[in-house]
Amino acid sequence: MNQNIGVVVFPGSNCEKDAMEALADLGATPLLLWHADSDLQGVDAVVIPGGFAHGDYLRPGAIARFSPAMEAIIDFAHNGGPVLGICNGFQVLTEAGLLPGALQKNSGLKFLCKEVELQVESTDSVLTNMTSKGQTLRIPINHFEGNFTCTDETLIELQSQDQIILTYTENPNGSMANIAGICNTTRNVVGLMPHPERACHTLLGSTDGRILLESFIQGAHAAV
Amino acid sequence: MDDQLHRSLGLTDDELAKIVEILGRDPNHLELAMYSVMWSEHCSYKSSRIHLKRLPTEGKNVLVGPGENAGVIDVGDGIAIALRIESHNHPSYIEPYQGAATGVGGIIRDIFTMGARPIAIMDPLRFGPLEDARSRWVAEGVVSGISGYGNSVGVPNVGGEIVFDETYKGNPLVNVLCVGILPKERLVLGQASGIGNLAVLLGSTTGRDGIGGVSVLASAGFGDEEEDAEKRPSVQVGDPFEEKRLIEACLELLDEGLVVGIQDLGGAGLACAASETASRGGVGMDFNVSAVPQREAGMQPFEIMTSESQERMLAIVEPENLEQVFAICNKWEIRSSVVGKVTPSGALRIVDDFDGEVLGEVPAASLHEDAPLYERPISEPDDMDTAITDQATTLPGPEKIEDDLFDLLMSPQWATSQYDSQLFLNTVVGPGSNAAVLRLKHPTSGEDTGRGMALTTDGNHRWCAINPRIGSAMTVAESVLNLACVGAVPQALVNCLNYCSHN
Repeated sequence: MNQNIGVVVFPGSNCEKDAMEALADLGATPLLLWHADSDLQGVDAVVIPGGFAHGDYLRPGAIARFSPAMEAIIDFAHNGGPVLGICNGFQVLTEAGLLPGALQKNSGLKFLCKEVELQVESTDSVLTNMTSKGQTLRIPINHFEGNFTCTDETLIELQSQDQIILTYTENPNGSMANIAGICNTTRNVVGLMPHPERACHTLLGSTDGRILLESFIQGAHAAV
Repeated sequence: MDDQLHRSLGLTDDELAKIVEILGRDPNHLELAMYSVMWSEHCSYKSSRIHLKRLPTEGKNVLVGPGENAGVIDVGDGIAIALRIESHNHPSYIEPYQGAATGVGGIIRDIFTMGARPIAIMDPLRFGPLEDARSRWVAEGVVSGISGYGNSVGVPNVGGEIVFDETYKGNPLVNVLCVGILPKERLVLGQASGIGNLAVLLGSTTGRDGIGGVSVLASAGFGDEEEDAEKRPSVQVGDPFEEKRLIEACLELLDEGLVVGIQDLGGAGLACAASETASRGGVGMDFNVSAVPQREAGMQPFEIMTSESQERMLAIVEPENLEQVFAICNKWEIRSSVVGKVTPSGALRIVDDFDGEVLGEVPAASLHEDAPLYERPISEPDDMDTAITDQATTLPGPEKIEDDLFDLLMSPQWATSQYDSQLFLNTVVGPGSNAAVLRLKHPTSGEDTGRGMALTTDGNHRWCAINPRIGSAMTVAESVLNLACVGAVPQALVNCLNYCSHN
């Protein structure tokens, strides 16, 4: 299962090496994709990692969405390619229109770095297909703008189409409906605020992120 | 010239006389401004060097001791560690968010200047009591400044200390330690060499922010609120996104072997970077002040040379590598301009275009090596007798011991949860413990050595106030014990001594 997984680097990204380390540990072959390059180098899946793409200036993800790499990723996603946005990556995906809703400032108006408990709400996504519904996972969050919001109509759609894949058991940031992660209607594009790559090593406190990234690597295999 | 100018720049009459002796003539305004910032306590350690010289600085693992931007030790497996701790106390009292933020930015530059990737920050903080509104404003601002800059620039904050005490009301301490790792062969020093090599300014434009920061703010006292507010423009403003790109560009330049020396711009700005690189390399430099990208129109040469605008580096480059340097800078979207040429003369000449008018000329080494050294008179504090006669047995007991016990309970989590403490997947033991423990991975291959690195910061103002010698020794002992508690063997010590003004 040697999947090539592209990890996109924007100026200001900072979790790209961490994502690569976790993916490589799980047997995938990660490679960096530069934001200014529209060639995705034939990867089987794409990860948009955490960080502060373009300094989060204007709004997180607002500038990154215009990168040549993002144009290619939008096509890739529309053709069924698996795309995972973690933290800042989730923000980029909502700005790019690949996922609905938006991420606003935490309700406590402070940056939050801590481990939280997540509950799997749907196993029908490229990130959660190896988990079981109702399963809880301990994974760190690390964000200032992780408070998911959307219109009432969108929330009803997300709920009726089973697009809410992960929720917080104790809401840390004011997210609507405790949302921690969602997928698109075709289940191949996922975004979540918590960092699964930070929960892949016993020494770092939790290995609950592994099952999510394993699902994603598996999904990349299935999509080929 | 105006015979009060040197005094308003913070130089004494004797110091002016010494400058006249060095130059053999009166300095002009530009030259005087450069001496004033370079001979400030902040840059020259003129009152403390005589004491600091007594510290042990050598050891079998020490690759670089004091005098460079950071200390560097060899930790085996081809890996070296760069470390430094610094204060940004006064700016943080005047403008807490930016003061603390630029403190983080400054120390990070000191680390990647050595060729190391910054991988951890720690913050020992001291504030006045939280019952005091201004202390609360300072504490909130400082913590959000550290959080805002540190998280965005992408260096995890793995620990530190927070202490609240009456002593720090009106004089908070904002210290920051940064640690970086490098492959031993990437070690680079802040020196210019090779006649004809070029000095290339990387990063932000130069503005009027922070002019005279080292002489106006650092080591100065504070007045009333109105005076403090007037000093606010002397605090620099940070841009972590610029710094993040600067880190990546500089490490790439070093990996490609494209620079022979590199120096960050901090206190005293270009005057410091140009004179230090030239002086350390035993050479001179022609510095073209009009080639410096400026943030605003009409800046005077002395403003350009002493501005403390953040997120700038000065790299020494061989002319044949210049195009490649520009290409890497363009990739990371950072400005790069040739501003200086290494000369054999030993003089720092500030010129308006390389073949234009000479605006100032001083021996490069004189700006820091010839700074005066003072042995200030030493005396015991007046209240020492009463302070040391306090005995636990004679002090009045607590009125309600439950209240005192509750007062002792404090969680630093409101601060530490605002810091990314986990980036780079190294943090085995994070904030809130005796010492932080990080996995030690090779800086370029990422290979896990299976070994760990422990870090701690310690301080105790009460011990040191009562008995400076024993108090300091106990503080060192405490830090060693904190490391021992996580199973580490101490390898190196850096210090940040926060004293009030010698005056």
